[in-house]
Amino acid sequence: MAEQTVFTPLPGTFYRRATPDSPPFVEVGAQVTSDTVIGLIEVMKQFSELTAGVAGTVSAFLVEDGDPVEPGQIVATLDCQ
Amino acid sequence: MIKVLKPGLATSVQDLGREGYYHLGIPPSGALDQYALSAANCLVGNPAGAAALECTLLGPELEFTVDALVAVSGAHMAARLDGVQMPHDTAFAVCAGQVLRFDFPKIGARTYIAVAGGIDVPLVLGSRSTYALGALGGYQGRRLAAGDELPIGEPSGQGKVGASLPMALRQALGGEIELRVVPGLYYDRLLPTAAKSFFAEPWTVGSEADRIGYRFKGGSALQFQPREQPFGAGSDPSNIVDSCYPIGSIQVPAGLEPIVLHRDAVSGGYAMIGTVISADLDLIGQMQPNQKAHFVEVSLEDALLARQHYKKKLKRMSELFLS
Repeated sequence: MAEQTVFTPLPGTFYRRATPDSPPFVEVGAQVTSDTVIGLIEVMKQFSELTAGVAGTVSAFLVEDGDPVEPGQIVATLDCQ
Repeated sequence: MIKVLKPGLATSVQDLGREGYYHLGIPPSGALDQYALSAANCLVGNPAGAAALECTLLGPELEFTVDALVAVSGAHMAARLDGVQMPHDTAFAVCAGQVLRFDFPKIGARTYIAVAGGIDVPLVLGSRSTYALGALGGYQGRRLAAGDELPIGEPSGQGKVGASLPMALRQALGGEIELRVVPGLYYDRLLPTAAKSFFAEPWTVGSEADRIGYRFKGGSALQFQPREQPFGAGSDPSNIVDSCYPIGSIQVPAGLEPIVLHRDAVSGGYAMIGTVISADLDLIGQMQPNQKAHFVEVSLEDALLARQHYKKKLKRMSELFLS
């Protein structure tokens, strides 16, 4: 199993859910494809979707819901075949 | 022509802006980092104020349909031409059919892409700058979208491949920023403790920061002197009846989070506690969300001196490349 990282290209605030009342987009252990949305980055009053980028299993989130992020920061790790 | 394959987060056509219409509610707009815009233009042989692309936080993906001379200045986003990294602050040749892409910003917030001949959108009130709130200027009065086709003007012929900005003329970006402030018309309405903490404490750029204004967080709330609010002003002591704001003006709605207005600013009804000096406005445009700043009090004389130095540096740069 190779580990892959998902990083944010944008600075801003990271969210794991679409609204405060929604369930998280994905949980640790979830199977994702490269197009699966794993979170949102809020910056300049816009929300940009962060996708997994590769297929695999979410192994960890390194950033909490609502935390500030900087460009290039690793947000999550994936186990890939 | 340049085809926009992907627009990036907020890419727009900007030049040095349109002066003279703010009293009618039309702010100057133009590049938030005027120095970086000028540098990119000079490197490709354009007049410093030619129209170029301002790319904020996430760069666009552009396909050139003609050969062109291009330079990238401002935020470091690693420009890649068909995958090959191009040097920063240096003119490079693009062949018809090639695609220019960008990495995430390592430092700074706004990258400027200049093309020899400039982006040839129509002049509106004397400028090609985009004022998106007013749907005015630039490319159809808005930020770029996928599928847009940008016309390129006639190159001056003065640009050369490999022309590079000397180190002494490059900007230092990133880190903790000092923003010099001239106290404003309503500064004396702050309680002395608030005036002190405003300058003493570090502030952090909020994620809402855009071309209209930069919101700062993390410092103590600022209390205003109590007073009976005049007729027409809101009930909060941070409100005034109405005023024109200078670009760089600092308001603190409800005393909570200072907002520094920038080149797409509105006018309004908040007390202006100070103004960031013109020589430091470029620095604001290069601040990323979550970056830290200190406000430093300076006199009007210091501000004017700093403006002189800034203008000299700009002049030196344009003389170096445009004879």
